[in-house]
Amino acid sequence: MRIEIRICGLGGQGIILAGEILGLAAVLDGKYAVQMRSYGSEARGSTCKSDVIISDKIIRYPIIENCDILVSMSQPSLNKYIDSLKPSGILIIDEDLVKNIPRKRIEKIYGLKATRIAEEKYRRIMANMIMLGYMTGKTGIVSIEKLREAIKRRRVKMAEINIKALEEGVKLSKLKV
Amino acid sequence: MFWQGNVACAEAAVKAGCRFFAGYPITPASEIAERMAQILPEVHGIFMQMEDEIAAINAIIGASWAGAKSMTATSGPGFSLMQEGIGYAFMTETPCVIVVVQRLGPATGQASKGGQGNFMQARWGTHGDYSAIVLSPNSAQEMFDLTVEAFNLSEKYRTPVILLADELSAHIVEPVKIPERIVVVDRRKARDHSEPFFGSSDPKGIPPMPEVGEGLNILVTGSTHDEWGYRYTSDPDVHRKLVTRIYWKIEGNVRDIADYEADIDEKAKVGIVSYGCSSRTVYEAIDRLRGRGIRVSHLRFRTLWPFPDWIVEELAEKVNVILVPELSLGQFCREVERAAHGKARIISITKIGGGEMITPKEIIEVVERI
Repeated sequence: MRIEIRICGLGGQGIILAGEILGLAAVLDGKYAVQMRSYGSEARGSTCKSDVIISDKIIRYPIIENCDILVSMSQPSLNKYIDSLKPSGILIIDEDLVKNIPRKRIEKIYGLKATRIAEEKYRRIMANMIMLGYMTGKTGIVSIEKLREAIKRRRVKMAEINIKALEEGVKLSKLKV
Repeated sequence: MFWQGNVACAEAAVKAGCRFFAGYPITPASEIAERMAQILPEVHGIFMQMEDEIAAINAIIGASWAGAKSMTATSGPGFSLMQEGIGYAFMTETPCVIVVVQRLGPATGQASKGGQGNFMQARWGTHGDYSAIVLSPNSAQEMFDLTVEAFNLSEKYRTPVILLADELSAHIVEPVKIPERIVVVDRRKARDHSEPFFGSSDPKGIPPMPEVGEGLNILVTGSTHDEWGYRYTSDPDVHRKLVTRIYWKIEGNVRDIADYEADIDEKAKVGIVSYGCSSRTVYEAIDRLRGRGIRVSHLRFRTLWPFPDWIVEELAEKVNVILVPELSLGQFCREVERAAHGKARIISITKIGGGEMITPKEIIEVVERI
């Protein structure tokens, strides 16, 4: 088993942190995981990605060539990485931020308005946690309990509210199938 | 631990005894300074953010003479700025660790993208004759292990050691195991004037190092000096004696310093030699090739300099072809080719730009065409 997840968006959205939390949760689940990042020179606003590989074997090759799950929180990053999604892959988007999907054949697409919900109920910056909870609810790749633990262990600021945002994402994933 | 490579490096430094860090933030090495700023105060160490990399290298040299194990971390542009100070550290035989996380150059290049273009600079960056110890990790685990090793070699040989990481090993987040027992080597310290501070009757000798402030009246200079540190700016013998010893104390111990991973199939006719991030692609390429019954050997260097020539030559005697994948335009390959002494055909596989890695497919395609 080797699952490859690519989370992409813009610098400042917490893309890389979301990947780190996911990877740590997988490790806490007793699996092997690596997380790799790519970002621009700008402090904010450039496209960035956070690649997570989860496996039951040690991961010697940490590069994603074709991902099983693509999570996108911006249009430019989706345009850049859509081709890396496997034909059988799952695409998850923030519906307010991604309007156009520049590829016809995609097995499963799920969307939610994570940033809007985060702004209204939590904080804008916590949209990443809503996306993470939603993605996990849809795919079941890690346990929610370990994600909660990972947020605490990673010493994320305002961990309690972040965990609430995460749980909100999980809840929404169950409502909408 | 589920650590980023840079974090593992900082944690290892403190475990190896580092108590002074001076640096200037630069991607992709900044997290080392960030972590050091958090953890050094907890062990009564000192973290200093400097005005630039020139100040950083000079600060760690000073700290080392004051008795501390010291470190800085930077990337290409900062490493270029540090070269004058690094030369001073070689000449004055100052133990210290310089972490260089390679990014794409020349100049500012592509700041956040990985490359392996500092291979030669790490060895030949400053002027004059000297020999450098350069280590290169390929994982977060080795960012930990080789940082400890860098400090130990630095203390043992009384010399600066360069940890030449790359964007992958620095930024990858993966499981890191802290060894139960960490061997820590400390410098041989001069307590009195019974042995000179800058010379030895052994042409490969490593003199004891005094600490400033302990009343031993130390002279430290980057100019040519005799065994007690007195300047001799024109005497040929003093220069020859000092610089050949500084050179041979490293080159003459290459077998002690060499550290590598060998995955040798005695019947393979194809070999691959790699280091750093490119080696992780090689692992995958070899798995796929062996899955198809194609026999391949792999050498991966943790020690880049002094270059372990004989290991390459031994491989070259067994195989017909050696592939050398790297994220630079043939710097590493040039050294492999020299060490192979014409005993195997060398094929260079290079890629630069955007932080893109060489893919397993690209290596496999070259093997198929042989």
